[in-house]
Amino acid sequence: MPIIIPTLDFAALIPILAIITTGLVVLLLDIYVEDKAVLGYVSLIGLLATAIACFGLLTQTVAPTFQNMLVSDGYSLVLDLIFVVTATLSIMIALSYLPARDMQSGEYYALLLFATSGMMLMGAATDLIVVFLGLEIMSIALYVLAAFNRRQLGSGEAGLKYFVLGAFASAFFLYGVALTYGATGSTNLQTIAMWFSANPAYAHNPIAMVGLALLLIGFAFKIAAVPFQWWTPDVYHGAPTSVTAFMSVGAKAAGFAALVRLLLVSFGAIPDWRWVISWLAVLTMTGGNIVALAQKDVKRMLAYSSIAHAGYILVGVVPGTPDGVKGILFYLMSYAFMNIGAFAVIALLEQRDQIGSSIESYMGLSSRKPLLALMMLFFMFSLTGIPPFIGFWGKWYVFWAAVKGGASWLAIVGMINSVISAFYYLSVVVQMYMRSPTEPSELEFAPLSLPVTLTIALAGAVTLLLGLWPTPLIKLTALGIFG
Amino acid sequence: MSGLYLPKEYLAILLFIVLGVGFGVVTLWIGQFFRMKRPYFEKLVAYESGNPPTDEPRMRFSVKFYLIAILFIVFDVEAIYLYSWALVYDKLGMFALVEMFIFIALLLVGYFYGWKKGALQWEK
Repeated sequence: MPIIIPTLDFAALIPILAIITTGLVVLLLDIYVEDKAVLGYVSLIGLLATAIACFGLLTQTVAPTFQNMLVSDGYSLVLDLIFVVTATLSIMIALSYLPARDMQSGEYYALLLFATSGMMLMGAATDLIVVFLGLEIMSIALYVLAAFNRRQLGSGEAGLKYFVLGAFASAFFLYGVALTYGATGSTNLQTIAMWFSANPAYAHNPIAMVGLALLLIGFAFKIAAVPFQWWTPDVYHGAPTSVTAFMSVGAKAAGFAALVRLLLVSFGAIPDWRWVISWLAVLTMTGGNIVALAQKDVKRMLAYSSIAHAGYILVGVVPGTPDGVKGILFYLMSYAFMNIGAFAVIALLEQRDQIGSSIESYMGLSSRKPLLALMMLFFMFSLTGIPPFIGFWGKWYVFWAAVKGGASWLAIVGMINSVISAFYYLSVVVQMYMRSPTEPSELEFAPLSLPVTLTIALAGAVTLLLGLWPTPLIKLTALGIFG
Repeated sequence: MSGLYLPKEYLAILLFIVLGVGFGVVTLWIGQFFRMKRPYFEKLVAYESGNPPTDEPRMRFSVKFYLIAILFIVFDVEAIYLYSWALVYDKLGMFALVEMFIFIALLLVGYFYGWKKGALQWEK
């Protein structure tokens, strides 16, 4: 019996291969290079090459390849760009943050790149097995990264908590894959959809429904949706700030990437999940915002705020329309800039572990470091969704898609939540601008290290400029539409 | 009846699980009515290949055992792939050769990294 080799279009893999190759090069260089900062710059070069490759591929469509295992369409390429932005900004933070804490090492950059490759795989996957593969590549690297600050107990706790609960979530996801396979006879997203349209009588059979529910639980954990969010504050707070910045955006974006494709492609014919996602969105927005109000620590507050943002993005999933997909991509890209920017400010101000992320340490920042305070103001306004900034447009497109998709009530809940969120985001601004520094704080001596300063400047500029003129990003995300 | 979906093909697997577990449990349970039970000290201590146990089993191991085990697993898995690859190699040709060498190269990077980082050195 002759063996037929399936068509393998390696063009679809170029971004992922570029990232993995860079990771391997970093790993090998780590053996010989003494100055580990070089490895960070090598990673940045690799990420730049990946971004160029993504832009090059954007104009041409590649059919599903590797036996329909993955596809390189506009959606996956726009997501790749989001992951590249996330990884680039977090590596730039790490270049300042790691040496200041005596954590500089080559493995950090290699692991971060491997995690990025897993995220890209999740965005490109058209088969549940490949989604799981990407999920695990990403998660295992992130478990290690969360525990990277070995000398600090909080970091170890973050890594262990993330690992134990993440392994649980992976098991839920895998069980969901098994049940979906048992019901429909395939793990391929397209084939599952075809089975549902061919057997409408069995569309609500309990095996398929429980399978979908378990898949949703697995994703809800990764995107930190209420009530699967319990790990988030501890992990985000304990992990090194440069890692928190990376996973609060990257892991969330990767979870949404695969979730949206799964729901729209495979379960598009079964509208029942819309109700589940709607209520998940309401719970996540409200829960995240209300608990964030009570936080006294900026890093922890941003952890809860990231839960709330997962809720806003879920609003864009509900209509299941191309508009919704566009809104989600826009939101994720804008969230990458504003959230990592905010974490970069925290990383810069954190003098020692745990000190400097309390909200009191931001008192009177405007008089001591006016530019830094201005940037933090940009990020806080943008995260709230105040008009001239990019965060406003993200919310606008997501809520607009919900209104057009017949879920106006969700958009209203989202807007009420944005108002609630203003209380805690603006309280940081109030601390910075309307309070005077009570004591000569240790923050005055925070060294302005170049890479993290650049990150803040870049993220702040993008937050403002793309907010004033969002057309380029609208055009880019429009390329990612499918469904 | 619409909406009801019973995968009959899986019934055999369910029966297999029930019978498999049931056989073990029931044999042990019935056995206790017939077998003799005369315990004494030597019978109750942990069995360690006939040697009298010297220590508590809950002691700390060097993390190096773990590293060696990981390296072993990596190459064990590689061997599994190599066997199946070798079986169909003549039907796959050049393509398979290149693919397998890429795979081995990836593993070698990891091996080389571990080696240079001192994972194989027992005493550092």
